[in-house]
Amino acid sequence: MSKRKKSEIKEISYAKWGYIFIAPFFITFVVFQLIPLGQTIYYSFFEYYRSGLTIIGPNPVGLDNYKALLESDFLKYAANTIILWLAGFIPQIIISLLLAAWFTDVRLRIRGKQFFKVVIYMPNLIMASAFAMLFFALFSENGPVNATLVSLGILKTPFRFLASIAGTRGLVALMNFLMWFGNTTILLMAAVMGINPSLFEAAELDGCSPRQTFFRVTLPMIRPILVYVLITSMIGGLQMFDVPQILTNGTGSPDRTVTTLIMYLNNHLYNKNYGMAGAISVVLFIICAALCLLVYFNLNPTDSDRKTRKKNRSNAGKEAING
Amino acid sequence: MKKGFKTFLSFALAAAMIFGMTACGGNSGGGGEEAPAEEGKVFNIWCWNDEFQTRFNDYYPEVAEVAEDGSTTTLNDGTVVNWIIEPNEGNNYQNKLDEALLNQENADADSKVDMFLVEADYARKYTNSDATMNVADLGGVLDATSDQYDYTKEVVSDADGNVKGVSWQACPGLIAYRRSIAKEVLGSDDPETVQAAVADWDKFAETAQKMSDAGYKMLSGYDDTFRPFYNNDAAPFVEDGKTLNIDKNIMDWVAMTKDYTDKGYNNKTSLWSTEWAADQGKDAKVFCIPACTWEIDFTLTGNADPDETKDPEQSAWGDYAVCVGPVNWCWGGTWITAATGTDNPTLVADIMTKMTTDKDILKKIAVDKGDFVNSKSVIADLAANYEGNDFLGGQNHYALLSDAAAGLSLKIASPYDQGVIEKMQSSMKDYFDGNVDLDGAKANFETVIKELYPEIETVNWPE
Repeated sequence: MSKRKKSEIKEISYAKWGYIFIAPFFITFVVFQLIPLGQTIYYSFFEYYRSGLTIIGPNPVGLDNYKALLESDFLKYAANTIILWLAGFIPQIIISLLLAAWFTDVRLRIRGKQFFKVVIYMPNLIMASAFAMLFFALFSENGPVNATLVSLGILKTPFRFLASIAGTRGLVALMNFLMWFGNTTILLMAAVMGINPSLFEAAELDGCSPRQTFFRVTLPMIRPILVYVLITSMIGGLQMFDVPQILTNGTGSPDRTVTTLIMYLNNHLYNKNYGMAGAISVVLFIICAALCLLVYFNLNPTDSDRKTRKKNRSNAGKEAING
Repeated sequence: MKKGFKTFLSFALAAAMIFGMTACGGNSGGGGEEAPAEEGKVFNIWCWNDEFQTRFNDYYPEVAEVAEDGSTTTLNDGTVVNWIIEPNEGNNYQNKLDEALLNQENADADSKVDMFLVEADYARKYTNSDATMNVADLGGVLDATSDQYDYTKEVVSDADGNVKGVSWQACPGLIAYRRSIAKEVLGSDDPETVQAAVADWDKFAETAQKMSDAGYKMLSGYDDTFRPFYNNDAAPFVEDGKTLNIDKNIMDWVAMTKDYTDKGYNNKTSLWSTEWAADQGKDAKVFCIPACTWEIDFTLTGNADPDETKDPEQSAWGDYAVCVGPVNWCWGGTWITAATGTDNPTLVADIMTKMTTDKDILKKIAVDKGDFVNSKSVIADLAANYEGNDFLGGQNHYALLSDAAAGLSLKIASPYDQGVIEKMQSSMKDYFDGNVDLDGAKANFETVIKELYPEIETVNWPE
């Protein structure tokens, strides 16, 4: 007994310091993320809101909030979100791929690459809300865009962008595109530059046209990064909030066609309806997780590929041995 | 080991200091209630714009100094007035204020809400609660209000008839019009001629057609005519806390506005937007705006004369006049209420008395700012002896509106009005813009109002 004690004292446990150093993260995580997360799920089963200065609830109501959610226009807002995201994402990925291919092409030798990289990244440095305010002013009825279009004779009367569905959705998509294409370009450039140059040389020697090089060499090689870009953009898209919220002054109009899922969540949360807001959050969480898994397993089969290939190889080896 | 002990000791000391301080705060708060003679040195006023703030800074006699950024005002006895200004739109002010009032008991004396402002659209929410103090409990304030217009006391009275707030203004509605356009189209800018042209909604529409023929718009936007209709509703929107009844008047407003939009009588703007504000300027082609007396100084003057030139050559200064219009109506007003738990009850009482009942101050406000002050005798005096408002081209609007003011009522005010009105206007905007049909707009309104007020279960539309 005493012997064992002695040895314990002698031993210096460095592991302790490891735990101490990572403790702040776990404490903040538990206090600011895990507990609120648990509470969100918990309160989604309650009637819990504020009516004037009185707090109603929490009264347990089972799945009533989820039922109300199903009966609401939830799907419409989901569709809005997807439309707004795709309208921004498709041009964004095309332009980014194009720019990344051009900027990394050794034969094009574009000058001032660094300058362009900075410039295309700029819009992302502006706060989304400030950017939305800027667009609100630029595209308002009396704003400079309309003034220019009218004075150039393109339009006879100012176009009321924010009173038309296509106009408002277009502006949201344009803003998301402008804010994120620089970021995506830089990510994709890094991916392209990570490809072994000998592959490009080989392609060139074999007489590949630039188009063939792009589609047959570059694209397959940057697929993991493309998947990453797609997933992060999708999560960002699902969480789209600040741009449409500020641009439409929180109304999501016209005809609630610019109301995204998070704006819908905010409508409830803003009025302190914790029960409904909790239910929406839980559903959003499930959708988000499901979409991510789906995309990940469909577009990134490398891991499983490798496994099957390995399996095949080992099988082949066995067969060879047996043979 | 020693070092660890030292660290522990310093943390313990720090903790002790912090808790000690909170304890102190709590004590002094409690002490304040027992002995009101010792009042706090920090006075927090909650409001949603700078209207009352400028009135207070300009006219409250105890003001010693205003901070450069305007966020605080120091009084002669050293008390610092903190202005907590939260934008009104989308119930933002109400939500923030609710948060503060729910924390009122736990807040330390210097961060308690001492006084807050409410407007008619949600005044009843606060006056029917314990968050506001009974004015009768604040010394002699209530006795001094006998000269005020009755409706300004009625709307802030609770179920038992206790007055919970006071206002320095009464707010008869009017139609403000451009003299130059009236002369050109109607032949005269005389308020009586114009009044005859807008005496009821049929005449109003005829005049709108004349304006349209002459290349002018009758109105700027959709929401301008909302208040005259709404104020004459038969019953409050929500009476039992569950059912929202839309009055026929509201649907009349919808039908009229849609008609006007299709005929091009308006400029398709929304209330408070920059386009709406621009339509009140010199170069605008908009004839009139149904407005309220407080808007003359707070909104119209700034929009008509953005550079403060006061020069009719460079701005619309002096090119406005007012007439009563098709119906009598009012648009709220602003009430001062004392927050329960304030540690400055004497100061609250003094501000209420001076700012809303002192006839000299009220008269000054009326003469300087054109505000329709809340004193029957001051208004009677002005109606007879006032030489005219420069912005209104020398018109004495007090003489014109003093009769209308006597008959005002806000009986239809309910705690839900701000949300209902804002959402009604924004939902119907889609209909006016042609993005949805009327049923679609109604459905959108029901969705959004139930999001805003989960307790509302049904919305009844008139036949």
